[in-house]
Amino acid sequence: MTEVDPATHASPAEEAVAGRPGAPGRSWGWGRVGEARHLGLVAALVLLAVVGLVTRPDNFATSSNLVSILALASTIGVITVGMTFVIIGGGIDLSVGAVMALASVWATTLATQSYGPVVMVVCAVLVGTGAGLVSGFLIAYGRMVPFIATLAMLVAARGLAQRMSGQRTQLVQAGNTAIVELSTTRVLGLPLLVYVFAAVVAAGWVLLNRTTFGRRTFAVGGNPEAARLAGIDVRRHTMVLYALSGLCCGIAAVLIMARTTTGSSTHGDLYELDAIAAVIIGGTLLTGGRGSIIGSILGLLIFTVITNLFILNGLNTSDQLVAKGLIIVVAVLLQRRSLRTST
Amino acid sequence: MTNYSGRRGFLLGGAVLGAGALVSACTSNEPAAAPASAAAAPSGPAGANDAPGTAVTIGFSAPAADHGWIAAIAKNAQSAAGRYSDVTFKPVEPTNDINQQISAVESLIQAKVNALVILPNDGQQLNQVARAAMDAGIPVINLDRVFPDKLSYRTWIGGDNYGMGVAAGHFIGDKLKSSGASNPVIVEIQGIATLPLTQDRSKGFADALKTYGFSVTAQQDAKFTVESGTQVAANLLQAHKKIDAIWNHDDDQGIGVLAAIKEAGRDEFFMVGGAGSANAMREIQSGSSVLQATVTYSPTMAASAIRLARLIAQNKGMSDLMENEVPQSITLASETITKDNVARYLPLGFES
Repeated sequence: MTEVDPATHASPAEEAVAGRPGAPGRSWGWGRVGEARHLGLVAALVLLAVVGLVTRPDNFATSSNLVSILALASTIGVITVGMTFVIIGGGIDLSVGAVMALASVWATTLATQSYGPVVMVVCAVLVGTGAGLVSGFLIAYGRMVPFIATLAMLVAARGLAQRMSGQRTQLVQAGNTAIVELSTTRVLGLPLLVYVFAAVVAAGWVLLNRTTFGRRTFAVGGNPEAARLAGIDVRRHTMVLYALSGLCCGIAAVLIMARTTTGSSTHGDLYELDAIAAVIIGGTLLTGGRGSIIGSILGLLIFTVITNLFILNGLNTSDQLVAKGLIIVVAVLLQRRSLRTST
Repeated sequence: MTNYSGRRGFLLGGAVLGAGALVSACTSNEPAAAPASAAAAPSGPAGANDAPGTAVTIGFSAPAADHGWIAAIAKNAQSAAGRYSDVTFKPVEPTNDINQQISAVESLIQAKVNALVILPNDGQQLNQVARAAMDAGIPVINLDRVFPDKLSYRTWIGGDNYGMGVAAGHFIGDKLKSSGASNPVIVEIQGIATLPLTQDRSKGFADALKTYGFSVTAQQDAKFTVESGTQVAANLLQAHKKIDAIWNHDDDQGIGVLAAIKEAGRDEFFMVGGAGSANAMREIQSGSSVLQATVTYSPTMAASAIRLARLIAQNKGMSDLMENEVPQSITLASETITKDNVARYLPLGFES
């Protein structure tokens, strides 16, 4: 987070310009359309809930099932928050799953574990942020296309994770069960990791909608040239966005360690696709400049609830994948329509 | 060396007492009976085959170890080769890419190794290069994933996926029957559902359960990863408020399944694992876990494959068999590890 702070303290003058060119109109428009689209997402969730209530009345609406859905959504939810920032900023981060795996492996090596749970958490977060910084640097200063740079990071991080772990599943040792307690300890009926998820979402929402940093993110994604002319250091901002995504991966790594009691190079396989899909369904433009955290989280919840419904009803994975594919298509079609009507 | 002699002691003791795992498996599992005892032969008491013979070079190619089981395969092969002074072990870089594995095997053919041990990424796709090796006069020992063409290998040695399902089915069926359960809720967590090996395991499981009049209530796949194991198990526990038994195909993903079970605080059922990881064995040994048994699919088969390759390259047979040459196919029995016999298996368990 420290990387982010300086950017939020802009001089008033700079702030004024940053908001002017293109950004205000767009972001107001986004606000209106965004809310309407959120209604659509909420309606979709309600529809899924009705399906759940009808098909499995005894199981779906129980508090333990709902808690379970939230816990399942937490890990990838944290990643989705970072992904939303990157995509609004006009980029894409394909490396999220692999970076999370790397962070989980690095934090669970015997050497790291010997320092205790706090160091493990710090390690995971630093590894995630570091990987994000590297991608961000390559994209912002090395002028690499985000797709390529983060694809390279995906492959490299996965490989490094395999190398570090010797392709073994690394258990969280008995002395460090404080990590696992994030998942097993409940406060007001919810596991601690759900609170972590909620905190990340809240922080992400504030950062995106209530700070200069957030406004700049919209500006950079909407029209980088205009943003540059307005005095925004577009390169540095871009790099920080990827670092932010990496930071989220590091936090997600802590959550996955808590849930699975392990660090492994196989963690987070295809998370990038799930996270990108959730962001797209949530109404964020893949071209950047528009989007919302709440939308992304609703999109993710739709995915998680679908998985839950399919398993409750004993249907297999292949059908889930087909359903998810259809939802992405429908969401994008609806998105295009609402865009046309809003302009 | 010390490691090995411990294991030899185990096998020897088993053979002598008639209570060893391999031997008891012989009596309970007819198709695998002869081969299983044969597999133990190279380290058997006679020891004739262990005496140094002609120096041979054995090539080895396997997929990249992205899973504890495959990592254990490579390690077992390496250490089996290491204990023979007459064996030069020549492994190639492990890879998950079919193309790369084909060229790796081609390089071993060109190096004119005396025997080749291949665990293919995909038997169908590597069939041709294995056949090329055989045509070049290099005997191929096909490990686990079978080549479709019998001309492509001299000997096949591998696990019994169907038998694994049967073993799990019998353990669960027997236990539920004796506790008088009627209409029990039996949950099955598969590996990768599209793989033939998974389908074989599930079929064996269903067939064995049928003999007790039971059937699988719910079945989901968890992709052989810890993370997916957690996710699927968490959802399954929500779907079924009362479960009687769970069979999880793979101990590696089982770590995730157990994490989900602990998180949900459920313990009204018992669980059976698969593969035989050291971690699962420790869990079984503790006695306080829902995991009460695991059915083996042991990576020690790689060590056996190296030994067979050596025998074939040296034109030796297996000393426990009448035949002068090594058999064409060896199917290992899937053994059931419970709290009662876990101590004997722990040294063979692989770290996930």
